[in-house]
Amino acid sequence: MDKKNVPQDEGVFGQWRGINYAVDESGQYVLEKTSGWEPVNIVDRQAWEAVGERIAFVREKMEKGELSPVAYYMEKNLMDVKMLSNYIGISRWRVKRHLDAGVFRRLSHSLLERYAKVFGISVEQLEKGPEND
Amino acid sequence: MTDTAKTDFTHRISAHCESGSTSSLLFHYGVKASEALVFGIGSGVFFGYFPFIKMSGSPLITYRTFPGRLMKNAAGRLGVGVKCVKFKNPEKGMEALDDMLRRGIPVCLQTAVYWLPYFPPAFRIHFDAHFIIAYGMSGNGYIISDPVMDGPVTCTREDLIRARFSKGTFSPKGKMFRFMGAPGHIDIAAAVVKGIKEACFVMLKLPVPIMGARGIRFFANSLKNWPEKHGNRKTLLYLGNVIRLQEEFGTGGGGFRFMYAAFLQEAAAILKDDRLLDLSKRMTVIGDRWREFAASSARICKDRASEKDNFNLLSEILLDCAEKEHGLFRDLSETVR
Repeated sequence: MDKKNVPQDEGVFGQWRGINYAVDESGQYVLEKTSGWEPVNIVDRQAWEAVGERIAFVREKMEKGELSPVAYYMEKNLMDVKMLSNYIGISRWRVKRHLDAGVFRRLSHSLLERYAKVFGISVEQLEKGPEND
Repeated sequence: MTDTAKTDFTHRISAHCESGSTSSLLFHYGVKASEALVFGIGSGVFFGYFPFIKMSGSPLITYRTFPGRLMKNAAGRLGVGVKCVKFKNPEKGMEALDDMLRRGIPVCLQTAVYWLPYFPPAFRIHFDAHFIIAYGMSGNGYIISDPVMDGPVTCTREDLIRARFSKGTFSPKGKMFRFMGAPGHIDIAAAVVKGIKEACFVMLKLPVPIMGARGIRFFANSLKNWPEKHGNRKTLLYLGNVIRLQEEFGTGGGGFRFMYAAFLQEAAAILKDDRLLDLSKRMTVIGDRWREFAASSARICKDRASEKDNFNLLSEILLDCAEKEHGLFRDLSETVR
């Protein structure tokens, strides 16, 4: 890549600047700042849109009373059951059960605390769900 | 924690976290090895396609060697010992870090990007092998030199605990790396040769079809079947993630190929071998080819056009990359024989 071709297509990263390795006029490799590249911006937007869609989908199911807030915050934190079970330190099938709204209502306070801690929210907010965010 | 401590460490901005951290720590100990040189000596260049490992829900593709290897290789080959400690207990891990900083020793930490608060939101994915350097503390926070940031940043103790003890795919387990100081005499040429030799080995001779130049070929052939296998939506998401891994997450462009070309250029001066300059140019061409692959893929994602013809085209670019890389590393291995 030539130095003059280092892309400067500002996109999802805003003010952040990355580094590209590029060749200057004399053929020497130099470090050049880049504010983004349109193809990357495209796939990045696509990935975050997909995340947004999944969150919205789970939220809808939660509001219908099918899924629990654990399911919602799991999506919101870009986790899956496997990762969340690692974070909480309980088995995968238990986490899977806790995604059910009915099971969630009967969860012990200590487990709720552990979930809330991983998600970085209070127990009250975890119980209430995402009404005000 | 209210005490302050600061070591005389200088922040250096780089393209990639691990080679950048290693390079700036080496500079700290008086070994003037640029990021590209570290990348080459540590045999950072690689390709691997692991369809059975999922990262953020997509098959894992890597353009560089496994996390932690680069640092160990590069520093080791330059004669700088690296001591790595793991921790089960977060408190103990933080105490050990505090202890190092109080003694004026900057250390490298493996962290999870997701929990580092100074990153822009669009960056925060669950990638658990991000290397940063802690070199001071102030108040309730740490002074961090993150190689991909413009300048030093701060991070609170709570956030750093979360980042160091995350539980994702490459769980860091609180890993802390300390460099043991530089020897009096460093044979850079020998280190460069070792780095090149290993890179050639992993790109050409690994007995598994999913890594090295063969891995690129394997990926090219698998890619053709993605639309049929995964359906429209998933294929586009997977393809998008391949591009993100190649171009976005601190690679210096072209899936590290440009950085390796920069290394070959430096190596030519160190080994006084003009053939390496020629190889560097060829590597740049390969990098451009990878960028072309990224641009074409992004176009497909944008038009949501996951027709088979388009994927045959992508596959052809990749096969060309594989062919060219195979030739390049074969010729490269001749130069260090």
